[in-house]
Amino acid sequence: MAKKIRVLVAKPGLDGHDRGARVIARGLRDAGMEVVYTGLHQTPEQIVEAAIQEDVDVVGLSVLSGAQMTIFPRICELLKENGAEDIMVIGGGTVPADDVKELKNGGWAKEIFTPGTTLETIVEWINSNVNTD
Amino acid sequence: MADHVDRLLEGDRRSAAKLITLIENELPEKEEIIRRIYPHTGKAHVIGVTGSPGAGKSSLIDRLVGTLRSEDLRVGVIAVDPSSPFSGGALLGDRIRMQEHALDRKVFIRSMGTRGTLGGLSRATKDVVKILDAYGSDVILIETVGVGQTELDIMHYADSTVVVLSPGAGDRIQAMKAGIMEIADLFVINKCDTADVTRIKNDIENMIDLSPLAKNWRPPVLKTSAFTGDGIGGLWDKLKEHKNYKNSCGSSATDSHKLKSELLEIMNGKVMARLNTGALSNGKMDEIIDSVLERRIDPYTAADTLLEKLICFREGA
Repeated sequence: MAKKIRVLVAKPGLDGHDRGARVIARGLRDAGMEVVYTGLHQTPEQIVEAAIQEDVDVVGLSVLSGAQMTIFPRICELLKENGAEDIMVIGGGTVPADDVKELKNGGWAKEIFTPGTTLETIVEWINSNVNTD
Repeated sequence: MADHVDRLLEGDRRSAAKLITLIENELPEKEEIIRRIYPHTGKAHVIGVTGSPGAGKSSLIDRLVGTLRSEDLRVGVIAVDPSSPFSGGALLGDRIRMQEHALDRKVFIRSMGTRGTLGGLSRATKDVVKILDAYGSDVILIETVGVGQTELDIMHYADSTVVVLSPGAGDRIQAMKAGIMEIADLFVINKCDTADVTRIKNDIENMIDLSPLAKNWRPPVLKTSAFTGDGIGGLWDKLKEHKNYKNSCGSSATDSHKLKSELLEIMNGKVMARLNTGALSNGKMDEIIDSVLERRIDPYTAADTLLEKLICFREGA
């Protein structure tokens, strides 16, 4: 059987708006991926632990709270501590352009999708950036 | 790969997770992995939790994990959700109810899609149980997809099968139907905080009274609320009792029955694989299809002829 792309979709921190995350989860499902959805109010520790046990290829963080400069680095740090830095971190939400730049330059996020991005764009990005051999 | 197996046996969760992926993806290394870990399996109490969608299986498991952890038992959870027949994708959402155990290193939770299997579990489930067993789990909880009446694979996988019902899940005729109501070692009526469950309990008890299978073990009908936590301790007590019962009556008969069905399943898979990898593709298949098309032989005879060739294939015939 061909490898299936597995994605963890998570809402870190104290941000209760998960419609976006659910739309993305559904869209990735319809694109043939296995999507583990952890629900709201997750700590970085919980997210990283779930990512490891579920052996996902990608962690997608939905952030609308403005806490991106804390959350992304923390999650990358924890992945590294657990020898799981090969798991790719991407994000989506209301992230200002300067922060997007900083997160990508710092290696804290491989890509950030901001409002207006189509599902097709995200699916295509994941398909071409995850190694499916 | 060897490293992952060694590290799994030392209790490394990343290796456990990687090996599960390997098995799910049916990579060629799968059989070697199972060969190596098999001597380290057979210790865990495997509990199946099944029931209709929304009956509260995930929440019940979450509570049960809490009880098991209070006895310092190591727990593995396999949560299966349906894969889409259209896209092949899946939304694996059982974990939402269990995230409070995410940071407990003695709890390992894995979500799986059914990937085309129809019996309420995925094809890989049986081997993933072996991984979590070798990993050192004392108890392995398997959550099936939300089932209808006939997704019954769990009965071949679990030592104890729990069927979860919720109030209002049908009348006494539903309780009499064949299928899922026959496979329970324990019945759980969940959400008992939301309604009076006396009637459904009575219906099920009446059904069990009439059941010819209930000779040595009468499936208890328990009331729980995953919301308040009521009845969860009692459920665990009954599960332990059921395990002792099985041990006491020498479970070897049921074990060899289970093993037989597993072997048949593996052989079935291997035959199909051999068919698909072209054991019959060297023109013989076409030749026989032509004969059937021309009405020279019938489809049953054709199938027999092909099967003979398939079995001889290994010897190079």
